[in-house]
Amino acid sequence: MSAITSLRPRRGRNVELLLLIFAVGIVTLAYVTVEGATKGTVPPGLLSQAGGLLAIAVAFHVVLRLRASYADPLLLPIATLLNGLGLVMIHRLDIAAGHDVSKGAALKQLIWSGLAVLIAVAILLWLRDHRMLRRYTYLSGALGIVLLLLPRLPVIGREVNGARIWIGIGPFSFQPGEVAKLLLAVFFAGYLVRTRDVLSIAGKKVLGFTFPRMRDLGPILLMWLVSLAVLASQKDLGSALLFFGLFVAMLYVATERTSWIAIGLILAGSGAYAAYHVFAHVQTRVELWLHALSPTVMDNVSNQLGNGVMGMAAGGLVGTGLGQGRPYLTPFASSDFIISSFGEEIGLFGLVAILALYVLLVERGFRTAIGVRDGFGKLMAAGLAFSMALQCFVVVGGVTRVIPLTGLTMPFLSQGGSSLLANWTLVALLLRISDQARQPVVDEPVAAQIPVVAR
Amino acid sequence: MSELTLTILRLGLLILLWLFVFSLAGVLRGDLYGTRVVNRITTRTSGPAGPPPVDTTVRRQRRSERSASSLPRNLVVTSGALEGTRIPLGDSDILIGRNPECLLVLDDDFASGRHAALVRTADGWGVEDLGSTNGTFVDGQRVEELTGIAPGNEIRIGRTTIELQK
Repeated sequence: MSAITSLRPRRGRNVELLLLIFAVGIVTLAYVTVEGATKGTVPPGLLSQAGGLLAIAVAFHVVLRLRASYADPLLLPIATLLNGLGLVMIHRLDIAAGHDVSKGAALKQLIWSGLAVLIAVAILLWLRDHRMLRRYTYLSGALGIVLLLLPRLPVIGREVNGARIWIGIGPFSFQPGEVAKLLLAVFFAGYLVRTRDVLSIAGKKVLGFTFPRMRDLGPILLMWLVSLAVLASQKDLGSALLFFGLFVAMLYVATERTSWIAIGLILAGSGAYAAYHVFAHVQTRVELWLHALSPTVMDNVSNQLGNGVMGMAAGGLVGTGLGQGRPYLTPFASSDFIISSFGEEIGLFGLVAILALYVLLVERGFRTAIGVRDGFGKLMAAGLAFSMALQCFVVVGGVTRVIPLTGLTMPFLSQGGSSLLANWTLVALLLRISDQARQPVVDEPVAAQIPVVAR
Repeated sequence: MSELTLTILRLGLLILLWLFVFSLAGVLRGDLYGTRVVNRITTRTSGPAGPPPVDTTVRRQRRSERSASSLPRNLVVTSGALEGTRIPLGDSDILIGRNPECLLVLDDDFASGRHAALVRTADGWGVEDLGSTNGTFVDGQRVEELTGIAPGNEIRIGRTTIELQK
């Protein structure tokens, strides 16, 4: 016999404020280190810059106090710290490239950060209850697919560095795949919460696995084909992996059936094998991965991966110090390879701390999924958290030569507006769901008036 | 800036980063929410100071008393979402409501979180309203204070009706 008691959670808003100040302090220290190492002076506008960053963070915090007072207190400080560290590294690479602050990528990134935070706040204000999103299940699914295929359109689609994943309107360019990830997570959550019973119960049992019926297998096969189509049309290995992985993970969370993981892995494996034989660029990627450090590849094909790995080796355990290494030797040091830039300048010690921050961020997402009381919110939070985890794995794995390199961005750290926008939106959604999850159960009955029953 | 300052800044950054991670972990430790399940059996057996043997004899006495006076043995939900649910009556009180900590957790929009309690009285069982919004009724009469009940009396809570049975 056991007793069950409800725990009333702490709101944690004061802790959040303290952590935010701590995070901004760390970013400021990193900034001072970069300026001190490259220019030898403390930057003149330091106080106003640090104050500006703190003001943005505290403004977000105040919105949480007013509109989502039970939201998870760790999400915002972690996102702020990662975004700030990314800004510092991009600024550091600007200095190395000889860009002025007014023309550099760091200013652009700062503007995007402000915009992304603004949109995240707007979402928190607009979305009072995450269950509202369930109404737009199929709309967001369709919109997600449209966004994914948008770069294929002739006028606005752009091919940058061999991957057709950008759209450009005038001077602005945008990677719609990042936002599509969120929309598809909403769609999968809405779809699976409705169909999970039939997916998990019906089917034959073979070797301890419950295998689903063919007609239930339909959606996963369709998803597999869509992700392969994305891969084929945009040469974007990373996004295809991300979408398929997201779907399989959410299917598993929804049904508790290990067979879905087995089927997913088999499909992903056969898909990857087929892609390797059909697409030349996949073969190139695999070759670069296997022979990244061979002299012929380094000299003639691409020294990106090799330089990144050697940069991290040069950093060693504690790193060369911000502003004192040479991460700018690696192409795309501020976007795809920002992890190896950090590895070089703050060393393994610092890099593991950054990875620990991601782990905590993802853990808070899964904790939210466990705590929230409705199935849709559970699935959405789990899907969002898993997509961030998988994205980190694909990026860090690619940079450290665990898997072939694919062009995804590191959430919050990498240079790129669309990535920042999508990830701040993701954090806003998680904050909203966690607010619902941590609220104590309302003690009063939903219906206050009992109807008079004639007896 | 001197070499020394830069080294201090560089190492200080790493230390602060890890301090941040550890303070996050510290917040996690204090951050509990949801429901807590306490297993009574393990606490009873593992506790160094076990209950005195008198306790069991008392219970035995009560059990014999009950069989002698033929007190109700079960609580049965006769209508509502949980119709057919049967809970054996012991010596302890039974908390009824929508909160997960109640013994009988009602899935009823018209019930309060902690709605009512079935209380073991000297000569049987009684029902007590715990300040619920919609009230507790015994045979159509609203309960204001602890009211004794016998098998066959209809207790209505929200849209749920329960009864004691022998």
